[in-house]
Amino acid sequence: MAKPIIQMENIEKHFGNIIALAGVSFDVVPGECHCLLGDNGAGKSTFIKTMSGVHKPTKGTITLDGKPMHFDSPRDAMEAGIATVFQDLAMIPLMSVTRNFFMGREPTKGRGPFKRMDIKTANDICVESMRAMGINLRGPDQAVGTLSGGERQTVAIARAVHFGAKVLILDEPTSALGVRQTSNVLATIDRVRKQGVGVVFITHNVRHSMAVGDRFTVLNRGKTLGTAERGRITAEELQDMMAGGQELASLEGSLGGTV
Amino acid sequence: MADTAQIIVDERIKKESFGSRLMQRPELGAIAGVVLVTIFFLFTADSAMFTLSGIMNFMTPAAQLGILAIGAAMLMIGGEFDLSIGSMVAFAGLIFGACVVTFGLPLIIAIPITFVFAALVGALNGAIVLRTGLPSFIVTLAFLFILRGVSLVGLKLATDGSTQLRGVRDAVEGDFLTPLFSGDAFGGLFAWLAEIGLVETFNNGAPKVPGIPVEILWFIALALAATYILLRTPYGNWIFASGGDRNAASNSGVPVRRVKISLFMLTACCAALVAIITVMDAGSTDARRGFMKEFEAIIAAVIGGCLLTGGYGSAIGAFFGAIIFGMVVIGLSYTNFDQDWFQVFLGGMLLIAVLFNNYIRKRVTGER
Ligand SMILES: Nc1ncnc2c1ncn2[C@@H]1O[C@H](COP(=O)(O)OP(=O)(O)OP(=O)(O)O)[C@@H](O)[C@H]1O
Ligand SMILES: [Mg+2]
Repeated sequence: MAKPIIQMENIEKHFGNIIALAGVSFDVVPGECHCLLGDNGAGKSTFIKTMSGVHKPTKGTITLDGKPMHFDSPRDAMEAGIATVFQDLAMIPLMSVTRNFFMGREPTKGRGPFKRMDIKTANDICVESMRAMGINLRGPDQAVGTLSGGERQTVAIARAVHFGAKVLILDEPTSALGVRQTSNVLATIDRVRKQGVGVVFITHNVRHSMAVGDRFTVLNRGKTLGTAERGRITAEELQDMMAGGQELASLEGSLGGTV
Repeated sequence: MADTAQIIVDERIKKESFGSRLMQRPELGAIAGVVLVTIFFLFTADSAMFTLSGIMNFMTPAAQLGILAIGAAMLMIGGEFDLSIGSMVAFAGLIFGACVVTFGLPLIIAIPITFVFAALVGALNGAIVLRTGLPSFIVTLAFLFILRGVSLVGLKLATDGSTQLRGVRDAVEGDFLTPLFSGDAFGGLFAWLAEIGLVETFNNGAPKVPGIPVEILWFIALALAATYILLRTPYGNWIFASGGDRNAASNSGVPVRRVKISLFMLTACCAALVAIITVMDAGSTDARRGFMKEFEAIIAAVIGGCLLTGGYGSAIGAFFGAIIFGMVVIGLSYTNFDQDWFQVFLGGMLLIAVLFNNYIRKRVTGER
């Protein structure tokens, strides 16, 4: 297998006396979609936040392209080519779609004191990226607060896809999306993967993860339950692992096998 | 890819009128306010108020407040308050006065020293707010008292017990930088305008308006620069983002700490500029300088459309907010009303502005 772009070893993260991550190892190779699965509160979001520079790990090492890496801020991670769709989307409702899209990485023109935002280019890229995801914006200067939940999620995804040069991290990106937009996101994951980007895809939907995943890692209570490659694990097995195995089985009877 | 910018016609959009687009601009309220106040004084005030000299009369205090208000507005958009700017005017005035009078330094050294001190206090304010996570409201309230007290004590030290430091005018007389910070600009132009009869003259032939007071030029230049920065530069985008949602901004790669600290420094430097201008103008500095100005500046910023919660507002709005202030303070003296109506007016204006801003915010975010 190709050398990993980013390798996380024995990552621990403590919040005061809460141990959110108790030694998680994980890596992403170019051109793969690595699914991260697990129950609510398993530590998935916390884990990808250490990968994208939001949290500093309490213990453990991060290696980027073979070199040890310390991200002091999300900006550092971004500059290293890691783009993330956070579960809370990191959007600002009062600002326009374009300003949100390019927040922190605005395209500029001119030099010296005349260096200014290239608003036209920014609007064009923004509208085009959104259209590629299947959403026609009413206008790039519309405030994000007026978008629907799914539209907002799509802006976050389009933004990360645009900036994710090496690693694209998606934390439950399809939770609010319609059928067409969801299949668009899955197709986009497939597309960027073919371009050599490593994708980390967090989802609670086993069908979605089976559709695009190359490897599957299941987290449970801050620990990895192991990593499986595509073809070595069935949807049912994944489902059971994600739920911790037990309760789902007893539910299944009463729900008539719909889970 | 030629027509990427073109937006596909969407049957779910009603045509938006020019008026309703205008309604979404934060400075709209302040502009409407200027119009209303103008109409009010056109009816009630002596006609002298709207002559050239009358306009200079109310624009001068407007400019002095406005320089503070523009700084306060940018900081508010960035999501923080600075209640210490009024005291900062006194503190910077003391530093400046001591530099030129006590130490006899030329302006080219005294002015940078004043700005450096102000910026350092601003940075300290910002660092405490960011490090502790306390509301800036409370941290800068502490500095409101600290700086006022330090100014008093410092003045007594510098003057052997008095709270006023005199002799600034003599000290800066003839300095090549003096015309930049005091007096009137374009004197020649106004003399010429008077000659050809466009500006009224006194009996001896001197123009009634000898030029444009420099603070007005600073005020206009600052409003334009701030607007350009806010709307057209990446840094401006970062200011809106930092104030809109600190976490989201930081997670999206905005260097929030740097932005906020620089804004605290900028606001403090605005206060220092006002201090330099007014101290040179008065020829002395005292401990009451800038008293209550922090509230007036914040009110002007709010009238100008800044939300108290941050992330929204405009420098041009603060510009007009300050002009409303100047018009009312000075304008009342052209009317038969009691001057003290000013305070009532102020409170009323603030209340209306806050209600109006709240309404605008709901429109912009589509909140229901
Ligand atoms: N900033 C924090 N302070 C304290 N505890 C935290 C913090 N962030 C996360 N946790 C805790 O860490 C655990 C893991 O949270 P995390 O958000 O990573 O879960 P998750 O796997 O993403 O869950 P979900 O599927 O619901 O999104 C939770 O128990 C949570 O309460
Ligand atoms: Mg999560």
